[in-house]
Amino acid sequence: MYAYDELDRTLINERVSEFRDQVKRRLSGELTEDEFKMLRLQNGVYLQLHAYMFRVAIPYGTLSSKQLRRLAHVARRYDRGYGHFTTRQNIQFNWIKLAELPDALSDLAEVGIHAMQTSGNNMRNVTSDQWAGVAPGEVEDPRIWSEILRQHTTLHPEFSFLPRKFKIAITASEHDRAAIKIHDIGLRLHKNADGETGFEVLVGGGLGRTPFIAKTIKPFVHGRDILSYVEAILRVYNQYGRRDNIYKARIKILVHELGIEKFAREVDEEWRQMSDSALTLDHSVIDEVRSRFSYPAYEKLPHMPDELKQAAHDPLFERWRKNSVAPHKVQGYSIVTLSLKPVGGPPGDATADQMDAVADLADKYSFGEIRVGHEQNLALPHVAKRDLPQLWKALDRLGLATPNVNLVTDIIACPGLDYCSLANARSIPIAQELTRRFANHDTADMIGRLHINISGCINACGHHHVGHIGILGVEKNGEEFYQITIGGRADENAQMGVLIGPAVPYAEVADVIEDIVEAYLALRDRPEELFVDTVKRLGVEPFKERVYATR
Amino acid sequence: MTSPLEQKKIRIMGPSVVTANRTWDGAVVYRTSEQGWSTVLSDAAIVSTSDDARALLAESVADDVGAVGAYIAPVEIKEGGVIKPGNLREHIRSKGLTIDLLPA
Ligand code: HEM
Ligand code: SF4
Repeated sequence: MYAYDELDRTLINERVSEFRDQVKRRLSGELTEDEFKMLRLQNGVYLQLHAYMFRVAIPYGTLSSKQLRRLAHVARRYDRGYGHFTTRQNIQFNWIKLAELPDALSDLAEVGIHAMQTSGNNMRNVTSDQWAGVAPGEVEDPRIWSEILRQHTTLHPEFSFLPRKFKIAITASEHDRAAIKIHDIGLRLHKNADGETGFEVLVGGGLGRTPFIAKTIKPFVHGRDILSYVEAILRVYNQYGRRDNIYKARIKILVHELGIEKFAREVDEEWRQMSDSALTLDHSVIDEVRSRFSYPAYEKLPHMPDELKQAAHDPLFERWRKNSVAPHKVQGYSIVTLSLKPVGGPPGDATADQMDAVADLADKYSFGEIRVGHEQNLALPHVAKRDLPQLWKALDRLGLATPNVNLVTDIIACPGLDYCSLANARSIPIAQELTRRFANHDTADMIGRLHINISGCINACGHHHVGHIGILGVEKNGEEFYQITIGGRADENAQMGVLIGPAVPYAEVADVIEDIVEAYLALRDRPEELFVDTVKRLGVEPFKERVYATR
Repeated sequence: MTSPLEQKKIRIMGPSVVTANRTWDGAVVYRTSEQGWSTVLSDAAIVSTSDDARALLAESVADDVGAVGAYIAPVEIKEGGVIKPGNLREHIRSKGLTIDLLPA
């Protein structure tokens, strides 16, 4: 867990009273919508189709049980009893009234939660691996660095008025769970030959209208220099970044236009001028932040407790364990993923009652800590293995033990036309239909790892470009159509999917996906060959043929 | 569906209304012929010429305290004068989510 200091608390409270005043002036007509829009966006408040939407930050995906209970309270008191976990470690409430927003913000502020860095053209919530601090083999807890960056960039002038929004993600593991290659800046923590800790720095990733995979700009930047290096990148971006064209203003476009070598030279030049500056991090500063992350007092527990041996006879438990339970860095403990993707449900939504119940389970089984991942699922990061059978029963009763993590029904989807004013087409009902088609968990297991991502428009909030199967809503003559790509991935081998052919109408999407999956099952050379690997080996042609031959 | 931002040069193709989101709570509202807002589509003022549409929009936009983001949206007039939203986006705004099995 992370303990906020007094400065943070003061800042958060000031923001709440400032916003209360702004809302009051807006409702009385003293402020016009034009004047107010910037102010509300700085506080995470958007306007969607039916209502205001309120986006709250969950920095690096870490929540205490107390904070989760407060999110449940906001869902219940100010919204319609549920919230939506997003792909960037935020939670969104869809039905908040502007007049009640200051109260909601104030209730959240009491537990150190805020909406800073969740919207607007500024530095967004720095995201990280949801298994940070507990994943085996991790170089160091990446949240320490996320927090250093968060503190430095919050309300900092260089980061508050950017040409466009700016997103950073950090990972410290071999396997990238933070999707760093599709961020404006991706940071991979690793050790150099001398055993020092630092970052591989990637820039220029992003999806949307012009998708790019981030490129490495520097293989190693020492930890103490990371703020100055990031700031050098931002300065070059601020100098060049095109403010005249909203579609071209992202750093990915600049990197693409200048070329990575020239961009790297410019950054280095800028950085050299800043070296030895006040931005170099002292050991004591890093240690201070490090000391604010507390880790549980783990017990010395056996690798294979009796409780687990006994429960292994129950095939339902075993299926869930194999799917949703991952190794922990401490012997006798596990990381448990809680699927927010029940068959037929909207991906990433949780009810207030579920949030309260998860908070209770976290207190009982996970030292009061919960994590939120970009796949729109939750995790309990420190569960003693002996408790797994009890936890499973409790999660199952709550509808949070669907054994589908990383499988075909673990769909990432944006709100789409059901909520979003920018959408071309619906996302959620497509996801719901697909989970019904693949509801049989044996079939899903047999298919293996397969990520489906759905976005309702080209803004790509559902990361469709990097889905193993990507589904993008487009509009044709007022009807909903969907373009389908295959072969994308968001991990350390990130790449964009390839379009398989003309867009298909709403009613045919689920059939097409079934065809693609059937083609894969027929084409894979052995059961262990993953969908993406089959696509890589054979290209899109055989899939295209299968889908369009009969259409 | 059609973005509200692309309506600067107003030309309507059929019966239309002005819609927006109510400022204090964000609810979907329609401009009435009494210069107010209603959450019920059948209360909406219907315009059928581009000039009338422009005038209704101008009047609506001026009421910035009442509602935000006003734009012109198509409707269909069914038998017996029943008003229906003219496209899927407006249908969803008027009737609510199309999602079954919402949580809660
Ligand atoms: C419904 C309200 C939402 C609106 C109006 C909205 C709007 C946008 C827009 C305009 C962009 C493109 C920005 C750009 O390229 O500069 C964007 C990007 C993004 N949104 Fe959303 N969004 C919404 C909800 C969500 C949700 C629910 C999620 C997560 C499930 C999400 C995740 C993202 C991500 C990850 C990106 C970055 C994609 C990229 O790499 O380019 N958004 N959003
Ligand atoms: S991808 Fe488009 S439709 Fe989906 S939430 Fe983002 S802006 Fe809205």
